[in-house]
Amino acid sequence: MLDFPRWKVIWIWLVLLSGVALAIPSLMPESTANRLHLGGVSRINLGLDLSGGSHLLLEADTADLAKNNLQKMEDTIRTEMRRGDTKINIGDISTTNGSLSFFVRDVSQLDAAVERARAQTTAAGYTGQRDWNVAVVDSTRIVMTPTQAGTAASIDNAMKTATEVVRKRIDALGTKEPTIVREGATRILVEVPGFQDPAGLKALIGKTAKLEFKMVDMGADPTQVSAGHAPAGDEAVPMVKEPGEAANAPTRYIAVNRRAILSGDDLINAELSKDENGQPAVSLKFNASGGKKFARATQENTGKQFAMILDNQVLSAPRIDEPILGGNANIHGSFTTDSANQLAIALRSGKLPVALKFIEERTVGPQLGAASIHAGVIASVIASVAVIVFMLVTYGRFGVYANLAVVLNIFVILAVMAILNATLTLPGIAGFVLTIGTAVDANVLINERIREERRRGRGIVQSVELGYKEASRTIFEANTVHAISGLIMLVLGSGPVKGFAVVLLIGICTSVFTAVTFTRMLTAGWIKRNRPTEIHI
Amino acid sequence: MRLLKLIPDNTNIGFVRLRKWAFGLTALLTIAAAVLVGVRGLNFGVDFKGGVMIEAHFQTPPGENTLRSDIDRLHVGEASLSTFGNANTYSIRLPLPAATDEGATNRLVKSVQGALAAKYPGVIFNRAETVSGKVSDELIRNGLLAVFLAVTGIAVFSWIRYEWQFGVSTFVAIVHDVLVTLGFFALFRFDFDLNIVAAVLTVIGYSINDKIVIDDRIRENMRKYRQMDMRALIDLSVNETLPRTVMTSLTILIALTSLLIFGGPVLRGFTAAMMLGVVVGTYSSIYVSSSLLISLGLAPKLTEQKGKGGPSSRAERVG
Repeated sequence: MLDFPRWKVIWIWLVLLSGVALAIPSLMPESTANRLHLGGVSRINLGLDLSGGSHLLLEADTADLAKNNLQKMEDTIRTEMRRGDTKINIGDISTTNGSLSFFVRDVSQLDAAVERARAQTTAAGYTGQRDWNVAVVDSTRIVMTPTQAGTAASIDNAMKTATEVVRKRIDALGTKEPTIVREGATRILVEVPGFQDPAGLKALIGKTAKLEFKMVDMGADPTQVSAGHAPAGDEAVPMVKEPGEAANAPTRYIAVNRRAILSGDDLINAELSKDENGQPAVSLKFNASGGKKFARATQENTGKQFAMILDNQVLSAPRIDEPILGGNANIHGSFTTDSANQLAIALRSGKLPVALKFIEERTVGPQLGAASIHAGVIASVIASVAVIVFMLVTYGRFGVYANLAVVLNIFVILAVMAILNATLTLPGIAGFVLTIGTAVDANVLINERIREERRRGRGIVQSVELGYKEASRTIFEANTVHAISGLIMLVLGSGPVKGFAVVLLIGICTSVFTAVTFTRMLTAGWIKRNRPTEIHI
Repeated sequence: MRLLKLIPDNTNIGFVRLRKWAFGLTALLTIAAAVLVGVRGLNFGVDFKGGVMIEAHFQTPPGENTLRSDIDRLHVGEASLSTFGNANTYSIRLPLPAATDEGATNRLVKSVQGALAAKYPGVIFNRAETVSGKVSDELIRNGLLAVFLAVTGIAVFSWIRYEWQFGVSTFVAIVHDVLVTLGFFALFRFDFDLNIVAAVLTVIGYSINDKIVIDDRIRENMRKYRQMDMRALIDLSVNETLPRTVMTSLTILIALTSLLIFGGPVLRGFTAAMMLGVVVGTYSSIYVSSSLLISLGLAPKLTEQKGKGGPSSRAERVG
């Protein structure tokens, strides 16, 4: 046990010193860190209870989503059955009990109708299940019911879009580091540090963006347009910035007709697809009236461009190659999969795909957060000093080693939290103080064991050796059970409980290293150098 | 330098002899706590009850009755008031508004804040929280589940690692710790919120830590002194680990005292729960879980059989 190879010593010091180095950026105010060009170094995030701000929990109204899906399917079926050379006559279409049912007037067309209805379903989930179940009832009526996998997939899709929509709207606020994450299947958590107006936040999240399709005026004078001027009856609308474009690049304008050919309400869906050459494309799907309007506009304007405008910004202005009559359009061109997907999301983000309810909201004022940090730091410092003095008077030199370990442990915990980008909350600070208390427990166990072995008359080296060996087993077991309760808190807990568990778990792991390995190295080094004939413990 | 020794060497307190008394006291405490929680109930915060909470910091203490009548005048339902840390800060809890549209809770918060700001210039609103009934139900369920899983998970761990007697005695002791802590909150009507659940879980973690240390020593001594009477052996083990038990409890209490005094009002309930838990946990380690092992008929033979194949066989080679 006295044998600590040089490489091991170097390695232990290296880990501890890098821990200190990584913890330092989190300890200084952000302005100082930026001045020292440490902006890119990861820091610990402060939880809302420390930074002040708003916390909202939103839940999707899945019943509303199911109703919308039925409505959309009804629109699609009406369009599909009318399409092609042979029109299938249907009637008595109704959406009751979560199913869509309709009547096929000509029984000989029943099979064709089922086929067309099936063509509108897609695979959902991993089992190859379809998203809708198509069944024939009473040999004249077709009933379409969403399958479980289909419902789950539709909720999942809606939530993905909804999260993106909410993120875009919050980003528009320009506040620092908002958190927008999906929680579970149907929830979105929104945290905006430094923002105290929950009512304003709710209005922002709930607002509806305006999506419009307008014809581009191909005859407008390009120099006038690029200066932001448009001919009479037109308006100059700025193009949205490309992802790679510099923020200060000059804004490009497009002149469009003031009159919209379609509004966002006419668009049922926009999604990533592939064109006939396998290139990424965006497919659009319109409702019945939208399909008609789009058909007319494309017939009259073949060869011209139309602009898709979201909240007065042109997302894309594709050229109309041929009249699009079926209510389904494909936009292709120089898309990458990413850019096509982005356009599809932007087009869908006009409105939230599902109604969101606010089920929890918390606002913390800035004064309280600052006061809490202050109190937390003072409490931690006083706790550390008290524990350090107590350990010193009880164990002498061995207490000094334990104290060194405790102080380094604080830095290492901070460093691990910074690397993981973990969030420090007020209960997290409590977790810190508690970790200071429990981390010395390992050293107490070791030192008491050494005292005991000395009392039994064992030699110094043997006592120290036995002390570490016997205590290590107990420490391992105690930490395991401690970690069990920490993990349970992390998984099941919400908010403050989670913040506490993070610090606790990190502290359990790092304290084994500092309190056992590190102090053993110090003790071994001292015994080897000095060969003491008596130890005070 | 003379070093501090809290427990003199070769201390030998006959803990096992006192166990009948200890069981009586433990049973009494546990029943009293359970009755308190059942009859008086816990003072649930908005986290667990749902509703609206506004924390306001006034320049001068407004007085509870004046404040109550100020809020009653707004007709926003029955307010429950409690001071928070000092007489200047109040937490005002209100039921959810009857209207269910999105802006209803914000209007309620605004109207209360507006009325208070008009009457008490300089008032600062530290926090405003709205928790719907659905979320609060979930938080209760998750909190209970977390405590339940922690208690059983740890008991199962000691059962697998040692003998079933250790699992049972640990389980009983922890249930006792949790109940007494809850009883304390019911008795003093402290706000019971999410932070307190974290405190209860930590008490469980700490208390089990304490028990593992003693259990570990009991097992070690069972291997060492195969002929020793179980009572003497448990007394020896508890006494041998007593310096550590006292030392660690004291260090943690020192750290917690600092948190209680300087940690600010938000953490006060959490810290109080923890401090109580440390004291109760230490008591139950010595008097409940260790002594219970005798009543459960733990005998050295059992250890030997299990020690051969199980994970603890590794430990036998140590030393």
